[in-house]
Amino acid sequence: MTAVAEQIGAWLEQFTKQPKAEPWVQALREAAFQRFSELGFPTTHDEEWRFTNVSRVVGQRHALPSLPDALPVPPPEAQAYLAKHADFQKNAFVALNTAFLNGVHFTRVPRGKMIEQPIEISYVGGQGMRNARTVALPHRTLVVVGADAHCTIVESFKGSGSYFTNAVTEIVVGDSAVVDHYKIQEESREAFHIATMQVTLGRSANFTSHSISIGGALVRNDANVTLSEGTEATLNGLYIVNGTQHVDNHTQIDHAKPHGTSHEVYKGILDGRASAVFNGRIIVRKDAQKTDSKQTNKNLVLSDDAVIDTKPELQILADDVRCTHGATIGQLDAESLFYLQSRGIGKSQARDVLTYAFAQDIIDRVKVPALKDHLETVLFEKFHERAE
Amino acid sequence: MALIEIKDLHARVGEREILKGIDLTVNPGEVHAIMGPNGSGKSTLAQVLAGRELYQVTGGEVVYMGKDLLAMAPEDRAREGIFLAFQYPVEIPGVSNMYFLKAALNTVRKHQGLPELDAMDFLNLVREKMKLMDMEQTLLNRSVNTGFSGGEKKRNEIFQMAVLEPRLAILDETDSGLDIDALRIVAGGVNALRSPERSMIVVTHYQRLLNYIVPDFVHVLSEGRIVKSGGKELALQLEESGYAGLGIEDEEEAVGKA
Repeated sequence: MTAVAEQIGAWLEQFTKQPKAEPWVQALREAAFQRFSELGFPTTHDEEWRFTNVSRVVGQRHALPSLPDALPVPPPEAQAYLAKHADFQKNAFVALNTAFLNGVHFTRVPRGKMIEQPIEISYVGGQGMRNARTVALPHRTLVVVGADAHCTIVESFKGSGSYFTNAVTEIVVGDSAVVDHYKIQEESREAFHIATMQVTLGRSANFTSHSISIGGALVRNDANVTLSEGTEATLNGLYIVNGTQHVDNHTQIDHAKPHGTSHEVYKGILDGRASAVFNGRIIVRKDAQKTDSKQTNKNLVLSDDAVIDTKPELQILADDVRCTHGATIGQLDAESLFYLQSRGIGKSQARDVLTYAFAQDIIDRVKVPALKDHLETVLFEKFHERAE
Repeated sequence: MALIEIKDLHARVGEREILKGIDLTVNPGEVHAIMGPNGSGKSTLAQVLAGRELYQVTGGEVVYMGKDLLAMAPEDRAREGIFLAFQYPVEIPGVSNMYFLKAALNTVRKHQGLPELDAMDFLNLVREKMKLMDMEQTLLNRSVNTGFSGGEKKRNEIFQMAVLEPRLAILDETDSGLDIDALRIVAGGVNALRSPERSMIVVTHYQRLLNYIVPDFVHVLSEGRIVKSGGKELALQLEESGYAGLGIEDEEEAVGKA
């Protein structure tokens, strides 16, 4: 048997052991598993996974958690949305997640409703090994926001020890609704985290995503956003890696209709022998005239051994659009360091202050005060902040 | 005892030798002006004294308060009381002026065996010094020099100097880019800091600044060496006859004549 067949066989064993679900869920699972077995896990020969080798994730034997998700089974009203947005035809990990669909964190915000308190969704990994196998966690989130509604969603991922988070989040936003989404990834340093967020936006909707990626041994975040007419989408991202961490952010902003605006700023801080990938795809479809799209990726590389691969990917089919993109890779500015030192601030503290400052504008965009405080504390500690 | 003694100082950047043997002694309370045409090495001298690593010292020595200055890291020089007012103050987005200055002041105070200032005392001190420089207090909450006008940046330098109270202040072309009102304010701030213990090295291309900050000594730098020294009247002489009057070619003027 080939390695691929072996991997799929191991998952098939888990799949057949699952208790049967509601017929519509079971049908989804089976279609997804079928697709998963056709796709197999990606290798670095796949363009989408060129810089992220998942063999150490998928090469392990996995088990599902002993308590199959404390999350409720999907209610019938979820049927119209679930797996309708996150496409399991193309992505093996989405297919695998869907094949093991069990509990779903399902939130529905009714039309016109303004929810001030953030909707907090917290996933905690790390129940240890199960039968000497790494536990795989097929987290599933579905948020359906009605027209004209306002809400804030905070998804956080934490844990301890070794485990494999395989998360799929679907967010469906109605016309003129306003949604702020935060993803705070602070997984354990031994954990694998592979996640897809699929967002479908209605006319004149306003969506902001904040993706903060700090933890994990190997992390892959896919954030895909499809815009409609007059939609505004903002994607803010911050990734901080050191040691041997690897983080891969793939974003896809799909301007499907005219008059859409998208702003994307992803910043990365790399130290040690860490590696990071940023791949920002922007699609402007033929009909999507008057699209205004701006993409920026900035990287601060603090060591000689860290590696960053950054790539914009623009597919523009309309002719009356404005699309800009830019990527930078740099070190701490020598003049700024000298300026701080010339005022008495020690070199290592000056480095920490400047590193923190690099991340500051992304943190400043966080509008949930408790979350902002938390992130400031985490970053302060991370950069050994001592001055205050 | 001299506060600082510079002896036969040589420095280069890359392959280019810029300072070719500088000798200068500054005693406590003295104000020395260093004048010279563009490219004469004035700014290099200022930066070398502050410890900028870009410049490589290839010869000579600098004794500051009895210590080997050139062996000290830039932050240690600052803690020992050296302050450089930058010709081009650096913008640092993401670091607030307030945070920056408090960190700097408390590091310097700690080094001098003084207790750190708490938030209240710090704010009071800062308010008083801002008034002296006619600065808006909102500048405190903005990122260091970020989006400041040229004049605001230069005022911010002297404001920092007023807060840090150095023993030796080095002003690098503090007058460049200032209109006459801003120049008066900046010079007023500098003059308020003159004292019998504090010394200053004022680097400038033009005599104008020296009408406001009157030096005890004037030195003329050309091609990396001090070619003439004198009292404040030397600056006036330069104003009348230009550097050419001393037989020194000024790049800027040369271009003007051509």
